[in-house]
Amino acid sequence: MSKIQSTFQRLQATGRRALIPFITAGDPAPELTVPLMNALVEGGADIIELGVPFSDPMADGPTIQRASERALANGMTLRRVLDTVREFRTGNAETPVVLMGYANPIEAMGVERFVSAAREAQVDGVLIVDYPPEECESFAQAAKDAGLDPIFLLAPTSTEQRFRDVARVGSGYIYYVSLKGVTGAATLDFDEVATRIPQIRAQVGMPVGVGFGIRDAESARRIGEVADAVVIGSRIIEEIERSPRDRLTANVTAFLREVRTALDQVEGAVR
Amino acid sequence: MQMADAPYRFPDPSGHFGPYGGVFVAETLIPALDELRAAYEACRDDPAFIAEFDYELKHYVGRPSPIYHARRWSDLLGGAQIYLKREDLNHTGAHKVNNCIGQAMVARRMGKPRVIAETGAGQHGVATATVAARYGMECVVYMGSEDVRRQAANVYRMKLLGATVVPVESGSKTLKDALNEAMRDWVTNVHNTFYIIGTVAGPHPYPLMVRDFQTVIGQECLLQMPEMTGRQPDCVIACVGGGSNAMGIFHPYIDVPDVRLIGVEAAGEGMESGRHAASLTAGKPGVLHGNRTYLLQDDDGQIIETHSISAGLDYPGVGPEHAWLKDSGRAEYVTVTDQEALKAFHDLCRLEGIIPALESSHALAYAARLAPTLPKDKILLVNLSGRGDKDMHTVAEKSGIQF
Ligand SMILES: Cc1ncc(COP(=O)(O)O)c(C=O)c1O
Repeated sequence: MSKIQSTFQRLQATGRRALIPFITAGDPAPELTVPLMNALVEGGADIIELGVPFSDPMADGPTIQRASERALANGMTLRRVLDTVREFRTGNAETPVVLMGYANPIEAMGVERFVSAAREAQVDGVLIVDYPPEECESFAQAAKDAGLDPIFLLAPTSTEQRFRDVARVGSGYIYYVSLKGVTGAATLDFDEVATRIPQIRAQVGMPVGVGFGIRDAESARRIGEVADAVVIGSRIIEEIERSPRDRLTANVTAFLREVRTALDQVEGAVR
Repeated sequence: MQMADAPYRFPDPSGHFGPYGGVFVAETLIPALDELRAAYEACRDDPAFIAEFDYELKHYVGRPSPIYHARRWSDLLGGAQIYLKREDLNHTGAHKVNNCIGQAMVARRMGKPRVIAETGAGQHGVATATVAARYGMECVVYMGSEDVRRQAANVYRMKLLGATVVPVESGSKTLKDALNEAMRDWVTNVHNTFYIIGTVAGPHPYPLMVRDFQTVIGQECLLQMPEMTGRQPDCVIACVGGGSNAMGIFHPYIDVPDVRLIGVEAAGEGMESGRHAASLTAGKPGVLHGNRTYLLQDDDGQIIETHSISAGLDYPGVGPEHAWLKDSGRAEYVTVTDQEALKAFHDLCRLEGIIPALESSHALAYAARLAPTLPKDKILLVNLSGRGDKDMHTVAEKSGIQF
């Protein structure tokens, strides 16, 4: 069983939801990424999604675009992201790390080299935004063979056929994009999420995390009523942007802890 | 409009040209592309759609565009005869409008009242704004803020036509970033919005659809060349930015034996300078903007900035079908520098009384390089993809002239 799967199993046994924060590696500075990852764990993160910066982040809104631009300006590369995970692992062996990014940096490294390097760095999962299931069956298989969970997105507009495609090639969890548009967009339709998630859970046989548009403790709690996991990205990047360096990790921990507390008020199994 | 025939059968049903092309987009865009593919397939099979498209091309664009024998220039070069396919005479001044009409017609059939587009030099933006005005559609054009500054006249033209021009501040603030931003708009507003991509790139079915709409260029040549010269040309030459004018003239010739197909990329300040836009010549395969193709990228897979005197060739990728035609050997790809393109630009002005677009000047420059190496009875057909009115400022500036 993968570390991601056992994390969900452990949480489900105690009726808790997974909290999955996202940050971009190298933002605001490469040497601050590991301290920030530790700050996220301290604030109650169960899994960390670590963004691999890309020059053309087509699916991201302005906030994560800015994070990506800062990271690239700081010289962050896929290789250095893997080094960062390795460094994080010297102090934390348990918290699963999922790399999230775009296909081109991985293809430039070479899929096989990437998969074995990621394995060696103790990465647990990969989510490649512009690799839909139909274009990456061989990549997904290579990842699985190396013990990495290939994680896929589903959207409000996805058909039941898509559920099946994703169930076939993916593992670990499903990342449900809770609204149309790009990361960081404003409105979240709770009712829509509440009707869709049970359908997806029933069909894919994997935990479902919900992301895009979750900005505070209250929205996280409401999503937690229906989903296995809550993903928060843009809001944490904003916290990073407005924090002075000496308050950076403390602010991020404090923000996440608030969300954690709200999420832990949700009781019992996912409906 | 005539569609592609056997035996060249690309893309496959899932949009691949060999290893290239495909649908590399986030899940949020998949349903939009499914909807577009279904709608476009219906249009492609509908004689009424094809008849309306042909009507629009004839009466609104002014097709067929003529072919012109550049006799004085050919004589001066002293070798093969150069013929020009006059896409510069189209309404709005370039080949871009062929595709905009086709896509706007698909948008109307899909009931989408709003169209969006990306633009670099502004030619595709102007063509989209033009067609949107003609069909009474709302139009938003994304343009890198660098390009907005460089192409002020085209920005004003788009505004005159009723379009909203949105400057894009992200990334390198040029064409590729405008494309990213247009994709973001589309994914957010897909219920009422159609994205009119300006070249044979993007996720399937765009490379196929844009090719279909531009193929009229080559289809006309297939008829016009034998009428004028008694035979088909020995070489067909076109500039390649994203590759739509080249695909439009190449495609009908793919199955015609012994016709060399030559795509000309922008070498900018010279290939060795690193400041160029020659993705096929110097790039590596990768994934960008929804398809797998040759890309200008660094060792870490980040897309790098390109340089060309012609904004329309200033793009780090290229349509996936060109990647396939390169690998399969059916087409050749060469490069021409800013300097060579400028010389061809001036020569055509002085010798033939035609002011070409700087993009097209790249194709002309290669023809000027090739012609003297060939006997006088050889025929080169060059796609004169657009006129140079939009480039007055750029050329004047190079000559140290201020308006
Ligand atoms: C006149 C002209 N030719 C060529 C191009 C390059 O595009 P493509 O390679 O798609 O034909 C442009 C793009 O703006 C253009 O305006």
